[in-house]
Amino acid sequence: MSSATSAPAESRAADRSAQARLPRLFAGIAAEGALTLAEHVAIHGPAPQLGGRGRRAKDRAGLLIDEVQRAGLLGRGGAAFPLATKMRAVATSRRRGIVLVNATEGEPASLKDRTLLEALPHLALDGGVLAAEAVGADEVIVCVCETAQEAAAGAEHAIAERARSGAARSPKLHLATVPSHYVAGQESALVNFLGGGPALPTFTPPLPFEQGLRRRPTLVNNAETLAHLALIARHGAAWFREIGTPAQAGSALVTLSGPVRHPGVYEIEHGSSLASLVHAAGGTTTHLRGALLGGYAGSWIGAQHLDSLVLSSEHLAPLGASLGAGVVLLLSDQACPVAETARVARWLSGQSARQCGPCEHGLDALAGTLEDIARGAAPTREVDRLAALVARRGACGHPDGAVNLILSALDAFAADFAEHARLGPCDSCSTRAELPLPHRPVNRNGSGRPGARA
Amino acid sequence: MSDRVRVNPIACEAHGMCAELLPERITLDPWGYPIVDGERLAGAQVEHAMRAARACPTFALLLDRDGNGPRARRPPQPARRSQ
Repeated sequence: MSSATSAPAESRAADRSAQARLPRLFAGIAAEGALTLAEHVAIHGPAPQLGGRGRRAKDRAGLLIDEVQRAGLLGRGGAAFPLATKMRAVATSRRRGIVLVNATEGEPASLKDRTLLEALPHLALDGGVLAAEAVGADEVIVCVCETAQEAAAGAEHAIAERARSGAARSPKLHLATVPSHYVAGQESALVNFLGGGPALPTFTPPLPFEQGLRRRPTLVNNAETLAHLALIARHGAAWFREIGTPAQAGSALVTLSGPVRHPGVYEIEHGSSLASLVHAAGGTTTHLRGALLGGYAGSWIGAQHLDSLVLSSEHLAPLGASLGAGVVLLLSDQACPVAETARVARWLSGQSARQCGPCEHGLDALAGTLEDIARGAAPTREVDRLAALVARRGACGHPDGAVNLILSALDAFAADFAEHARLGPCDSCSTRAELPLPHRPVNRNGSGRPGARA
Repeated sequence: MSDRVRVNPIACEAHGMCAELLPERITLDPWGYPIVDGERLAGAQVEHAMRAARACPTFALLLDRDGNGPRARRPPQPARRSQ
């Protein structure tokens, strides 16, 4: 995109061949600490300037949105919503927009957004600022979970660094710390919280990009999505599409955990194999029972599919799975998938905001039924009946995500569930639980001061 | 013309009036919350739906109208949750 890139054509071409492969987002990442603004600019070059007034500025902003559309960048928070669609809605609204960089990452098995802010804060900030300039917003709020202190410190330090460097005053950059419970990072919950309410989802429509914080159109995007935007603005859509698959262009940050030598956050190309990701992590330390893709709103994949598993929506959709927010959680063969699923279901029930009856009562009933199945006291068909009563009946996607996880477990581990329903607990039921389930009580009060750390 | 009812699940407190007044489209789940079948309202059901929307103590039943039929009186919006 020539209009938005300041570097001459030859150096752009050189850039392109040098950066055709990975790492992209993780270029120059240090083992410890965050990249400074100067280091960030040395690696990626300066961000194109879109700001300013008048028709030419407006044209440049429109060109960036067109470029994002051509790049096919999809939201990396789990919903895979096209970024360009949201940007256009905010850009064409009569009211001035606000941009939220969503790094709250309530998903216990995901670390990618906090890693971005801890190690590469300027990439996410560049994305937030560019998005704001492209949609005509005058404010960017970086939202971080209250438990992610290093990420908050990284963002705070980077914001201060930009202020010292004499960066433009608009858009204004703030940091907000958000409660840690699972649904707090859901877009409408985030808008609710920043507006002084509790961090709980609200009834939509209107969606935040139609009418959000302070009744202004609000572009809420995952931190990784905006980090990709920062690179698309520099190198263009064609560069972005050089890797990845037709439906999912580019690279993705994936949090890999479970029995591997080096669990952590990896940057992969969409369409690469699970085997290559596991190899990059030093290989497995034991045999696998299965993998949970997409986190606790995601889907289980049985062990028989893992050797040939390809991490792309084209390959995963027929298996009923997706990468979601980039979570790959491997389960060892010492764990019991039935007991693990019952524990996760109980945790998800506890993470319900208890605003919608079907979610509050239905997830509790589902968790109870799974606990009964695990000890041989209920038939598995009861799960299907309850799942049908819960799905699509909440204000947010939480009950749907929980149902998705539970039904996929019954599918991937059908023999185990049938055996438990008939014979009761297996030997593995009482072994150490593997899936991480942090204690995060749902915070119902609205007394948080989201602007306090700005 | 597509007239449909939907429920604001946050406002709904399972009073169950809607299932009494619009049984053609609404049943109750085991916990007393309405299950709306999502089908279009036909004929006299529009009138029944308006009555049900007005009767809901928490104004959780919403009537979506985009036809030229008689306008439903828009139920007042639920009070903002203070906590």
